[in-house]
Amino acid sequence: MTREVLNARRLLCPLPVIRTQDKVKTLQPGDVLAVECTDPGVMQDIPAWCRINGHKVLETRADNGEYVIVLEVV
Amino acid sequence: MSRFFSWLSIFAVMSQQRKAVALISGGLDSMLATKAIMEQGVHVEGINFFTGFCVEGHTHAIRKQDSDKPKRNNSLWVAEQLGIKLHIIDIIEEYKQVLLNPKHGYGANMNPCLDCKIFMVNKAKQWMAENGFDFIITGEVVGQRPMSQRKQTMPIVAAESGADDLLVRPLSAQNLPATLPEREGWISRDKMFGFSGRSRKPQMALAKEYGFADYAQPAGGCCFLTDEAYSHKLVDLWQARGKRDYDLDDVMLLKVGRHIRPKPNFKIIVAREDGEARFMSGYKKEFISMNCASHRGPLVLIDGTPSEEDLLLAGQITARYGQGRDAEQVEVTIRDQQGVERNVFVKPLLAEQIPEEWFV
Repeated sequence: MTREVLNARRLLCPLPVIRTQDKVKTLQPGDVLAVECTDPGVMQDIPAWCRINGHKVLETRADNGEYVIVLEVV
Repeated sequence: MSRFFSWLSIFAVMSQQRKAVALISGGLDSMLATKAIMEQGVHVEGINFFTGFCVEGHTHAIRKQDSDKPKRNNSLWVAEQLGIKLHIIDIIEEYKQVLLNPKHGYGANMNPCLDCKIFMVNKAKQWMAENGFDFIITGEVVGQRPMSQRKQTMPIVAAESGADDLLVRPLSAQNLPATLPEREGWISRDKMFGFSGRSRKPQMALAKEYGFADYAQPAGGCCFLTDEAYSHKLVDLWQARGKRDYDLDDVMLLKVGRHIRPKPNFKIIVAREDGEARFMSGYKKEFISMNCASHRGPLVLIDGTPSEEDLLLAGQITARYGQGRDAEQVEVTIRDQQGVERNVFVKPLLAEQIPEEWFV
């Protein structure tokens, strides 16, 4: 299992979702990915993308204009 | 025994579940078209193309005035409602040729709708071939849109995209020639529809029948290129640079801020909201930026090649949009791309000193 961080700051939706989708394709089940963003819309969209594709959202957090979604590849 | 196995293999082929890829825009039509095919037992997955000009997404979400709108990506939301996978594809680079050289020309603004539809269906066809799918679904309706969804242009989309009779438009199928999936019996023509024209009533009735109570109703389409103000800003950018080209940052920055071009060699972008300022602050390493030091005021980016005199004029405009607009003098911080700051004192411009033609 690996833990990776994806920098999706400054990107507006749906680009953070696209970058997440492309990154997840390179990972294995059980791997964990933290996506760091500045678009508040990711708090809705990346979890929605995870639900559609069967991945697990482990954590979402917002702090001073930064948004982080941690997901586990299933 | 061998005859048994050959019959078995024929039966397996006949009973094979067919797979279709649906172009999902996030609007109602593609949602209904997809549902109509899913109802026939076909496995459907969605595809959504991101050109950079999509209204969909959260460009507006960074502005306070839109904060009452749901902050969701409608194509993802539609896929979730339908229970299908959605593949979002970045086509920003490839799309340049569609926008810059549209074979069929532009619509009312800089919208190359017919070329865009042909391009997207062609991309879907490529995706279909690469992923072992059988046909393509779109939510097109005959007569729904003045450029790309006319009776005369729908065969052009099918032919020039190369999708030909693998392109199924379930909402208007009964008005169009039978496609291969219909002729082969993969789907039934009787279970599709004969919608036409600009009325939304048949779609709304079908949505009710399918139990869809909530759906996006984009006004004026789903693309910034259909927007007059946006198109004007794009053309201004090309004129100022002397060439018709753009990158993603250009596309994004045209969506935010108040754009003012006092002279051909530079333009200023004034943040209108805190959300825009936060977004624009990510560009401080690419542009000269300014803000009021002595008063509260917006973040401003300077695009182009301003002289020192131009920067002072930009400072006066920056001061005009801050809380010191009525002050005799405002201190403005000018920051270069390396982050080196210096402060200048300027007299804010009066509203009447900013001619209407400066506003892009």
